Parts: sequence; C-alpha cells; structure tokens
Amino acid sequence: MSIALPRARVAGRLNRGWSVVGILAAWLIGYALFHGKQTLSLAPADINGFHESLNDLNDSVGANRNSNPLFLYFFNEIKVGIDQIVVFLQNLISQPVGDRPLPYVGWLGVVALATWAAWAFGNWRVSLLTLAGLLFIGAQGLWQESMDTLALTITAVLLSLLIGIPLGIWAGLSDRFNAAVTPVLDLMQTMPTFVYLAPLTLLFLIGPAAATIATLIYAVPPVIRLTAHGIREVPTDSVEAGESLGSTRGQLLRKVLLPMAKPSIVIGINQTIMAALSMVTIAALIDAPGLGQVVVRALQTLDVGTAFNAGLSIVVLAIVLDRVTTAASVRVEKQQEAGVAPSPLRRYAVIGGGVAALVGAYLSYTYLWAAEFPDSPNVGSPIIRAATSVSDWTQLHLAGFTGGVKDGFTAGVLDPLEALLSGSPWWLVVAAITALAYVLGTWRTALLSLVLLALLIGTGVWSDAMVTLAATLVATVFVTALGLLVGVWMGRSDRADAVVRPVLDAAQTMPAFVYLVPFLALFQPSRFTAIVAAVLYAAPVCIKIIADAIRGVSPTTVEAATAAGSSPWQIITKVQVPMARRGITLAVNQGLIYVLAMVVVGGLVGAGALGYDVIAGFVQISLFGKGLAAGVAIVLLGVLLDRITRAAAQEREPGVPASLARQTRA
Amino acid sequence: MARKSLKLLAPLVAALLFTAACGGAKVGEDSDDTDSGSASGKCGTVNLAINPWVGYEANAAVVAYVAEQELGCKVVKKNILEQVAWQGFSTGVVDVIIENWGHDDLVKKYITDEKVAVDAGSTGVKGKIGWFVPPWLAKEHPDVLDWKNLNKYAAQFKTSESGSKGQLLDGDPSYVTNDAALVQNLNLNFKVVYSGSETALITAMRQAEQQKKWLLTYFYTPQWFLNEVPAVNVKLPEYKPGCDADAKKVACDYPEYDLNKIVSKKFADSGSPAYTLVKNFQWTDQDQNAVAKSIAVDKLSAEDAAKKWVEANQDEVDAWLQGT
Repeated sequence: MSIALPRARVAGRLNRGWSVVGILAAWLIGYALFHGKQTLSLAPADINGFHESLNDLNDSVGANRNSNPLFLYFFNEIKVGIDQIVVFLQNLISQPVGDRPLPYVGWLGVVALATWAAWAFGNWRVSLLTLAGLLFIGAQGLWQESMDTLALTITAVLLSLLIGIPLGIWAGLSDRFNAAVTPVLDLMQTMPTFVYLAPLTLLFLIGPAAATIATLIYAVPPVIRLTAHGIREVPTDSVEAGESLGSTRGQLLRKVLLPMAKPSIVIGINQTIMAALSMVTIAALIDAPGLGQVVVRALQTLDVGTAFNAGLSIVVLAIVLDRVTTAASVRVEKQQEAGVAPSPLRRYAVIGGGVAALVGAYLSYTYLWAAEFPDSPNVGSPIIRAATSVSDWTQLHLAGFTGGVKDGFTAGVLDPLEALLSGSPWWLVVAAITALAYVLGTWRTALLSLVLLALLIGTGVWSDAMVTLAATLVATVFVTALGLLVGVWMGRSDRADAVVRPVLDAAQTMPAFVYLVPFLALFQPSRFTAIVAAVLYAAPVCIKIIADAIRGVSPTTVEAATAAGSSPWQIITKVQVPMARRGITLAVNQGLIYVLAMVVVGGLVGAGALGYDVIAGFVQISLFGKGLAAGVAIVLLGVLLDRITRAAAQEREPGVPASLARQTRA
Repeated sequence: MARKSLKLLAPLVAALLFTAACGGAKVGEDSDDTDSGSASGKCGTVNLAINPWVGYEANAAVVAYVAEQELGCKVVKKNILEQVAWQGFSTGVVDVIIENWGHDDLVKKYITDEKVAVDAGSTGVKGKIGWFVPPWLAKEHPDVLDWKNLNKYAAQFKTSESGSKGQLLDGDPSYVTNDAALVQNLNLNFKVVYSGSETALITAMRQAEQQKKWLLTYFYTPQWFLNEVPAVNVKLPEYKPGCDADAKKVACDYPEYDLNKIVSKKFADSGSPAYTLVKNFQWTDQDQNAVAKSIAVDKLSAEDAAKKWVEANQDEVDAWLQGT
C-alpha cells in the first residue's frame, strides 16, 4: 500500500513537515518576547468563581438528600438493591453468615467450581491455571480478602453487562445513539475516579453500593463499545439474507446479529472484567472490602512487602480471569466457524466434572478443613520478606545514580518543554496548537481544537493543564519508544512474546500504589517520578498492540523480502514497521490515554498540577469545585490529543473506527 | 477402550474421594472461639470511621476493643478519608470520628450549620504541624532550626522541582497548610513543592536521613514515623491567637491542635453506653505512640495491639467506662 504514493501526497507531506517546524519556530519567538505574561496561573490553594459555584452545587446535593424524592425513591432503592447483591455474594464466598463463622462455600468449593467452569467454558490449560492461581492466592494468606474483591468485582461486572449489552446493541443499530453515547463513554473512561468518589458516597452512602457504582462507571464502557462494534461489523449480506427471508427486526437481532457479534461481545466482557479489577485499590478508599484495603493500609506504614503481596493477588486474579475469558471467546469463535457441537465425550465429562465440583462445594459447606484455607503452606511471608528486601536494597544502593538521571532529564528536557507550554501567554499556546491541528489534520480538527482549548481556559486551571500536558507528552514519547523497541522484538520472536507477555500483564494490573514507595525513594517526589510511573503503566498496552500488529504483517511479504536479501534491520524498517503503521498509530493513541489515566497517581508523588488539584478536591471540601474542574481539564486534554493524533494518522489510513481505536487491547 | 473405561472409572474415583473426604471437624461445631460479647442489647451498633493514618488507627483500635469487650457493642469500622467521614454524619452512616485535626470548614458545615454532628471533647493528644529537617542536618547545622537562617541555606535545599530556589516539601492535601503564604510573607527564597501524599513525605525524610541529604518538609506530630527517624522541628515566628486569621497574610507558626472526637448528633442523643465511652476516652501522646508502634513497627493487628495496651492499662480503661 505504501509502494506507489502519488507525487502530490509526497509533496504534501514535505510541506507538512516544514509547516510544523515553522509553527514551532514562531511559538519559540513568541515565547522569547512574551514569556511569563498572561499565563493564567492559579495558586494551588486558590479557587475562582466557577469553582465556587461547583462547590455550591455539591452543597445543595448534600442538603437535599434527605428530602428530595429523587433520593428517597431512586438513589436509595438502587443502593439497597446493589448492597443486597454484594452481601449475598459475600455470604456465599467470603464473609461469615449470622451464627455461621464462615461463608457458605469454602475454599475447596470455590476452587472446584472455578476450575470446572474454566474447563467447561475454556479449555484444560486455563482450567489448570485457575486451579494453580486460586491455590496460590490462598497460600499467600489472602483468601478471604480475595473473595471479597471477587464478590464486588462480580457484582460490578454483572451490572455492567446488564446495562452495557442492551446499550451496546442499541449503539450498534442506531448511528445517532452511537454518536451520542461515544463522548459519554470517553468521559467515563478518562475522568479521574477521585473526582466523583466523594459525591458518590453522598448519593449512595458509604458501603458496597458506592464502591460498586464507582467500579461500574469505569468498567461499563468497554462492553458497550465492543458490543456495538460487533454488531456493526456483521457483513451486510448476512443481514440482507436474513431480511430477504422475511425475518422481523427481533428475529434478525436474535438469529443473525447477536450470534455473529458474540466473539466481539465476549472480548468486551473480558475488557470490562479487567477494568473492574483495576479499580480495586481506589474503591478501597470508600470502604470497599478486599485486597485494596490491604494495599492501602500497608501503605500507611510504608510496608512495601505486604502491599506487594496483596498486589500480586490482584495480578493473579486478573491473569486468571483474562485467560479464562479469552479462552472462552476463542471457543465461541471456533464453534461458530466450525458449526459443530462438542463431542459427546466432552459433554459427559463436563457433566461429571460439574457433579464433582458440586460435591466439593458441599464438602466445603460442611467440613472445616474444606471451608477454611489451611495456614500452611504459607507463601505470603516469604513473598513479603523478599519484596521488602528488594525494595530496601534498591532504595539504599541505586538512589544516588537514579537521582542524577532525574536531575539531568528534568533540566534538559522536561523544564524547557514545560516552560514553553506553561510560560507562554495563553493566546500564543492556543494559536500554536490550533495551527498545528490544522496542519496535521483538517480545518475541522483545528476548529475542534480551538473549542476544546477554549473550554480548557474555562475550567480555570489552564496553567496547571499546561504543566500536566508537558509531562504527558514526554511520557508518551517514552511509551512509544518502548513500544516500538519491545513490541517489534516480541512481534518477531514467539519466544520473546511468551516470556515478556506475563510481565506486561503484571505491570498493567499491579496497583500503582504498590510501587510508589520504591519509586519515590529512587527519584524523590518529583515530576520525573510521575512520568516513570505513567510509562510503567502505559507501556504494556502500547507494546502488546505493536507486537500484534507486527505479527499481523503477512508472512509471505516478509519471506519475499528475506529472499531478496534484505537484512533484518531492513526488514524491520522497510517492511514490518511501515506495514504495521495502522496498529502502531493505535498503540500510540492508547499509550496516550493510559498515560493520562495516571495523572492523578502522579499527583501523589510530586507531579503537582492537575493531578494534585484532583486529589486536593477529593480531600478538602473547599477545593471540591477546583478538583472537578481539574478532572474536566484532564478529559479535555485527552480528547484534544486523541483527536489531533488520530487526524494526523487518518490521511494515510482512513477508516479506523473511532470506537475500536480507543478500546482495542491486545 | 479408553473411552469406555473412563466412563466407568470417573464416578468410581469421585465416590472414593467423597467418602475419603467426609472426615474432620464440621463448620460451626467448635464454638469455643466465638466471643462472649454477643450484644448485651443496650449498646447496639457503632459505626466508627477509620481515617488513613496510624495514630488514628491506634485510637480507633483501643476504643473499638473496649466497646466490644466491655460493653458488648458491635463496632463497624469504615475505612474512609476525613471529608467522606464527615459527610457520613449527614447521611447517617458514620457515628464516630475518633481523632479530628481541626478542619474549621467541616466544623462550620456539619456542626454549626447542618447541626448533624457534635464535638465530643479532647482525646488528650496534642497535634502540632510545622516544618521539619532530618536529624543529621539538625545536628550538623543547628542554626538551620531557626527560620531566620533558612535563606542562608536555600541553595542546599534546591532540587530539580524547585528551580533556582530552595525546596519546601508539602504533603497530603488533607491537612491544613499555610506554607505558600508563609514563604511569601517571611520573604524566604523557597518554593513550595506539593508532593501530594504522606507516603511521599515519609519516603523523602527516610532517604534524607539515610543519605544525609538536605530536606525541609511540612510534617506533624504525633506520627509513628518519628519513632524511626526523629525529625526536628524548625522554629517559625511564634503563634499568637488570630495571627492566622487572614490566610493570605499568615506569617506565624501553626497553632497547636487539640485533637478531638466528633460524633453524630443522632449517636450523642441515643443514650448508648458507647457514646459515654467515646466522650470519656482520653489518653496521652505516649499511650498513642505505644499502640501506633505496635501496629506500624511490630505489625500487630489493630485488635492485638489494643488488647496489649488495655491489659497493661486497665485502670485508665475503667475510668473511661464510668457512667456507662
């Protein structure tokens, strides 16, 4: 596709390069003339009129909650319903019930049922993984906490599916609804949770309901997007065939659209589960029971070992759930392609296994040894000790070196960029970014950028937003570099992929709170620490997507290039990377979104700016409005960068569906 | 055939396993471990907020332990941040905050205006906010302990985050800070850097002491970490009542906070013996530090730490229980 570019296109791209250089030069000149003027800066403790009116809104919600019928008959009902589901599941697997000192189903029952389900819906490999994973969690000494986390996650996921699949179907069928719901989903995924955590406890009180809903807000978008995507991707001839046979709309949906969209919907469910698990630690801040509590409490005393042990349980849960749902989606896809029913032997074995699992559940209901996870073998203590000593050693021996790296990088790269963005007058930044958007995209992109920037000024936290933007851009460059380096390596070597992928999964699901302490020790509270944390969180996604894109390049092309005598370097730079460009663009885009998701965590380790504003808004009632405004600013930055990068890539490869571009995860 | 034998074998193995498994103690049989305090009717449930710092947890652990053991209450602990806890008074899901650090804005909103909460008196512990330096620095340069000399050392306190000025590291935004105004009004050549969390502050202080680095931070007592690294307070211009009235013009030290207990109005009026216990609860910095150390350093569970302290100080506990 990139072999015969029309001449005009090449000339256009050259012009584009020069235009970008020109704009940057003009920006620098403007900075030299006007820096420090009209930067719209606002001190961390100061608020403006807009923030105050948001505070008032918050107050009025609090004042009306006991009299307003909306609360009495709507929010309270939802709260009661959700609380009941969570408590039911907790009684089932994690918490004592009445006089019974243990839950109804003990460890043996849970392990047996989960292992059986993994086999029945997936395959024997994931079934073994489930068995090993659950036994490992028990041996870590975190059985009850893990089951609490599981109970809450299951509730949030079930509700997400209940809401998400119908909405997804609607969005798949109606263009208008899809266009309306997409920005809402963007908002739900990029708005920092800290912003709405306190208001949620006002609406739904402190308890399982508020924690479940906080999780749901973040977890429901993937299943909506991927259900809609699945329905949209159904080939038109299948639909037409159904219509010509005289199917009604309902029949068409049930017999044609839903079955064909099933694989995509299952991936959506998988994504939703992962998103729900990533909320475990944050939900703990409003009393969600489970592993998050262990992490948060350990952090109070800087007990890295205990936090790591609990974080590891979350990683294990996530990997088990991820592999099982992926295996389930593969099974669904295979059955659909082959169109054959499973063999009678397998059916017989599934039933037999189910009976055995039920027996296990009964034993764990009746007998103590099967109900309460045994104290030994205990892998928790060695893990805690090992993690603590690794963390202590790093802090003691590497801090001198890493401190130097931080100082050099901050002075050489971060400070100049930040000065340019936050030290220039606002009108200069707006003009420059709008011009860049025009050159990289179209006049539509420029117009949209202008509107977004105007809204950003409206939030009243412009200067902080520019500081955060600088750090975000730097982190994204790192993420992309890592993504290309490791992603190409993984894409070219199956062995590398097998080794690196679990590490990436762990980096992605290990709660950031766990590694903040060693990072703080290595780099002090600083913007650099925040960038390192963001890169660690965002790089795995970017790497995975690039690896898959490289692997997706047709092998015949690569073979042809090899036969023609190209060196590996030539194959990478001339064949694989150019042909995987679409995937790479998507990877950069996702990396960016993930970096933005870490802005708030950055605020906890010294990055200041928007992240700090959001945290301060969560803990100081007088700063609530400013925190909300900062959250909106993060969303606006996300949309701005997303649309500009996408527009820049669009010219070369039209037709990346917007919904997919934001959601796909390898 | 393999398939056939599997068909026969599987149920057989399952049956064997099942009979083998049916041994051992049954759930709920051994009830000797269950607590005797199965709600003496009078007390009922107490919703106790647990704010995320160790000193708070020490208070909460001891009060919860006494309420459960002596009064037979059911104590429900809610792990939440301060502002959310106060909000819980108005929504009726929190009864007690057992260590409150000032929070004038919340006092005004929930005690004065909405009248959903009341002050239940001092915990006996005094809170002090201030600026601290690591012990090695206080020893080698004792004059750094007076704010007047800080400018002399500004260059040493410089970091990558503070530009050309010295760095004053601030922490968790939950706590009151006047530092930006203080730096300006005292004409200090310093920049306030917002670390954003207590974790960041403690890690920075631990590193500074380990590697003899210069560090000036916002910190507070009582704090479990000061047992590990006894950071030293820097003298600021003396606090006089009213000198912090205008937040923008503050040029004096932080006041001493009388850490107090806040309870919901509903709970105070309920006549619960637990309310009397909360009201009577008072101890010293040393007491709190002892329990905090058990939790943070010796890694005892909150309950065990409380038990240890209560058994050693039964007479103090008896004084709290008067009138219940």
